[in-house]
Amino acid sequence: MATTQVNPTRMELTRLKKKLVTAIRGHKLLKDKRDELMRQFLDLVRENKELREKVEKGIERANKNFVLARASMSEEVLYTALLAPKQDVSIEVSEKNVMSVDIPVFDIKTRTPDKNDIFSYGFAFTSADLDDAIESLSDVLPDMLKLAEVEKSCQLMASEIEKTRRRVNALEHVMIPDTQEKIKYITMKLDENERSTQTRLMKVKDMMLKEAHGY
Amino acid sequence: MYRAAVIGDRDSIYGFAALGLDVNIIEHGEDPAPVFKRLCEGEYAVIYVTEALASELAPKIEHYQEQKTPAIILIPGVTGNTGEGINAVKKSVEKAVGSDIIFNT
Repeated sequence: MATTQVNPTRMELTRLKKKLVTAIRGHKLLKDKRDELMRQFLDLVRENKELREKVEKGIERANKNFVLARASMSEEVLYTALLAPKQDVSIEVSEKNVMSVDIPVFDIKTRTPDKNDIFSYGFAFTSADLDDAIESLSDVLPDMLKLAEVEKSCQLMASEIEKTRRRVNALEHVMIPDTQEKIKYITMKLDENERSTQTRLMKVKDMMLKEAHGY
Repeated sequence: MYRAAVIGDRDSIYGFAALGLDVNIIEHGEDPAPVFKRLCEGEYAVIYVTEALASELAPKIEHYQEQKTPAIILIPGVTGNTGEGINAVKKSVEKAVGSDIIFNT
C-alpha cells in the first residue's frame, strides 16, 4: 500500500509504534472474543434448531386437533368457549451477559400451575376434540417460550459476531499492515537522512583537509 | 411484567387464547402493520407471528431483531409449514458464520 503522507519524524515514529502495539493487542482480544462467541453461538443454534423442529411439529399436531374440534362444533360455541381464558402467562425478563452481548432470560409465570385447570369452559356444550386440541397446544407452550428465548439470543449473538468479525478483519488486513508500512517508511527515511548527513560531513572534512594540507 | 402475544389469521391462532396469550386476529385483507407496531411498542416480551403474515411484515421484523425485546418468533399457521421459521434460523447462522454449516447436512 502506498504510504500516504506521513511526517518522517521521530515523534511520528514513536506515535505509530505505540499505535501498532495497541492495534495488535486489540486484534488479539477481539479474535478471542469472536472465537468464544462463535463457540457459544453454535451450541445455541443447535439447540434452537432442535427446539424449532419440536415446536413446529407440536403446533402442527395441535392445529390438526383444532380443525377436528371446529368440525364438530359451531363457530359461535367454539369462540365463546375460548372468550374468557382462565390461564394467564406473564413473563419476567432479565438479562444475561455472554461475552458483552446482553441476551434475554425469560422467566415464565402462569396463573394456574395445574395443567388440568386451564379449560375456560364447561364441558357440556363443547366436544372432547377441543379439550384434546387445547391440551396438545398447552404441551408445546413451554417449548415455545424456550424457543423464543433461544432464538432471540441467537439473533443478538449473530449480529454481535458479525460486528466483531468485521473489526477483527479491519484490524488484521488494513490497520496493522498499514501502520507497519508507515513505520517502515519512516525508519527508512530517517536512516537515509542520517546517511546523507554522514556523507556530507565526510565530504566537508575532505575539503577542509585538502585546503589545510594541500592534498 | 411482560406478556406474550400472537398475531395471525383466526384459524391459526384462536387456540392460543385458551393458554393466556394475547391473541390479535388479522382478518383476510387487513393490513397487519399497525397492529404489529402496537404490539412491538407495548409490554410484550414475545410476539409469535404466523409465517404467512411474517412475509408481509419482513422489513419490520428485521428492525426489531437487534433489540432485546420483543422476541419475534415465527410459527407455522393452519395452512401448513412454509419453512420460513427454520429459514430465519438459517439466516442468522449465515450472518454469524458466513455460510450455513448447521442445516446443510
